[in-house]
Amino acid sequence: MNRPTHSIFAMATLVVAMLLSHTVVAGGRLVIDITNRVGPQVLSLDSGSYTNALAQPYTVSMFKYYIGKIALREKNGSEVRSEAYYLVNESEPASKTIVLEHVPIGDYTGISFFTGVDSADNCSGAQDGALDPLNAMFWAWNTGYIFLKLEGRAPASRSSGHLLEYHIGGYREPHNCIRHIALRFKKSLPVVEGGTAHVHLNADVAAVLSGKERIDFAQLSSVTDFHNATTIADNYATMWSVSTEK
Amino acid sequence: MKTARSIMLLALVLVLASFAGSNKYFVITAEDVAFKVPDGFPKPVYDFSSNHPSPEVFILGRKLFYDPILSRDSTISCASCHQRLFAFGHIDHALSHGINGLIGTRNVPPLQNLAWNPAFMWDGGVNHIEMQPLSPLTNPLEMGETLSHILLKLRQNEHYRKDFQAAWHDTVINTERMLKALAQFTGLMISCNSRYDKYIRGADTFSAIEKNGLAFFRQKCATCHTEPLFTNNAYRNNGIRPDTALNDSGRGRITGTMSDNYMFKVPGLRNVERTYPYMHDGRIRNLRSVLDHYADPNQFDTRASPEMRRIGVLSKDQKDALYAFLLTLTDKEFIYDKRFIDPFIDTVK
Repeated sequence: MNRPTHSIFAMATLVVAMLLSHTVVAGGRLVIDITNRVGPQVLSLDSGSYTNALAQPYTVSMFKYYIGKIALREKNGSEVRSEAYYLVNESEPASKTIVLEHVPIGDYTGISFFTGVDSADNCSGAQDGALDPLNAMFWAWNTGYIFLKLEGRAPASRSSGHLLEYHIGGYREPHNCIRHIALRFKKSLPVVEGGTAHVHLNADVAAVLSGKERIDFAQLSSVTDFHNATTIADNYATMWSVSTEK
Repeated sequence: MKTARSIMLLALVLVLASFAGSNKYFVITAEDVAFKVPDGFPKPVYDFSSNHPSPEVFILGRKLFYDPILSRDSTISCASCHQRLFAFGHIDHALSHGINGLIGTRNVPPLQNLAWNPAFMWDGGVNHIEMQPLSPLTNPLEMGETLSHILLKLRQNEHYRKDFQAAWHDTVINTERMLKALAQFTGLMISCNSRYDKYIRGADTFSAIEKNGLAFFRQKCATCHTEPLFTNNAYRNNGIRPDTALNDSGRGRITGTMSDNYMFKVPGLRNVERTYPYMHDGRIRNLRSVLDHYADPNQFDTRASPEMRRIGVLSKDQKDALYAFLLTLTDKEFIYDKRFIDPFIDTVK
C-alpha cells in the first residue's frame, strides 16, 4: 500500500482521547465531517470550473491543510481540547472525517481549532502521523510545516502552465500564518454518555482567494515562501463555517 | 605441560573468535553513547531525554549516515561531504558536491557539538537537529531523494529491518525513527578534547605565542566566536562581498527581513585547521588568508556587521599568534574517535 495514503488514512481514522478537564472515562463521541467547497458548490478537483471574485476562471487540483488542537466550548464556559493534528486532503476522502472519542458529556456552544500548526509543534523535531514530513507538507530548508496547499490552473496566471500554487506556512513573526478559528454553533450541541454528536465544517476555497483580499491571478499566481503568505493566511482564516445539523 | 599449552592456545583462539564474532572491529556499549556535558560547556539545546541514547540506535544512525542508499542514485551518503577526518566537513571543496556531479551553493560545515546548536545551516533555516537531514536528503543538488523512497528502500532491506528492530523492538520503520537515529549519531559528535580544552582544564600547557594568541583572540574575535563553543550562534555579515553568481542572501531568505540579508551564522571554530576552505561559500582557501581578511577593514563590504570594524588592523605578529592559537582547537581525540568510523569498511568478518 502506498505509504502516504496509508498514513493519511490512518491519521484520519485515528481516534484521539480528549484531554479532559476532569476525570471522565467514557463520555460521548464527536464526529466532525468536513466539506471543501467553492462558494455554494462542493469542491470537485480538476473537473470543477470556478470563477474568482475578479471573474477570472480557475480549476483546483489540490486542496489540503492542517487543522489541530480542536477545542469545544461548553455552555458553562469551560473548554475541552485535543492536542492532535489532522491533515485534511480533498483527494483523500477518509481524511475529511475526524472522530473524537471520550468527549466529556455536556452542552457545547462552539468549536475552535488552528488552521496550521502551532509554533511549538514546528520546533519539536521529528514527529510521526499527521506531522510526518513524509506528507509533503513540510519545508526542509526553512523548517516548518506548510499549513495549506491550494493548487490549480487559471488562464490569467502568468506562471508557466498557467499554474496556481499557494503553499502557505510559517510560524515566525512577522510572517506567521497560523490562524486560530473559533466558530459558534447556531444552537448548542449536546454530547451524551455513549452517544454520537455531529459537527459539520465547511472550508471554502473561494474564501482562500478572496476572504479578506481578492487575489488577482495575473498578479499573484504563486506563493511558496513568506512573500505574501500572510495575505493568503488572512484569507483562509475566513474560509470556515460550521453547522450541527445532520 | 603439553595439555596446558593446548588449553592456552584454545583459549586464545576463543578470545580471537569472540572479537571476530562481534562482526564489528569495535563494540559500542551503553557507556560509549552516554551523553555527558563536557566540563565548562553550557546546557545543550538538544534534549537527549527525548531520544535516549542506546548502542542500537546509535549504530543505526551511524549506518544511515554512511550509507549512500539514502541518495537518489545510491552514490552520495551524508559522509560523502561530512568526512570524519575533517571534523565531518569536506576539505578543498568550496561548495558541496551532490549526485550527478552537481555542485551546491554553500560550503560544507563541519559537524561537531551540534547538540548545542539552536539552529542549523549557514542561514539557520533548520530549527532542530532531528529535522536537519531532511534538507540535504531532499535537496536536488545534494542527495536528491524523496522521503517516501528512502523509507521504501529501508523497509525492503533486511539488514535495516533488523537494525530498526534492534533499536526499537518492533517492525516500524518511519521518518521519525530514521531522523532520531541520525540525531543520536550526529548529536554525540562532541569535540571537547583539543589542546585548548586541556589547557583550560589545566591538563596541558600553551607556548608563549599560543598564550598571546588566546589573549588576542579574546580581545578581537570572542565577541562572535565565544568560548567554549566558539560561536555566539548569531548571524553576522563578516565583510565578504556577496558572490554575484551565487547571490546568496543568507539569513534574509529565512526571516524575510531585509536587514538580515547577507548575514550568515557565526561558525564555531573547533578543528578550524582541518576544515578549509572557509566562509559560507568556501571562497577563502586557507586560515592565514582568513586572518588577512579580518585584518583589512578597508576591503569589507559596506554591510559588514559593526563587530567586524572593531577588530581593526592586525599586525603580522598578532596574526601569527592568532594562527598559533587556532591550531590548538584541533581535537584529535574527536577526529580519531573510533565510534564514528565508517561501518561499511568493516574488515573483520
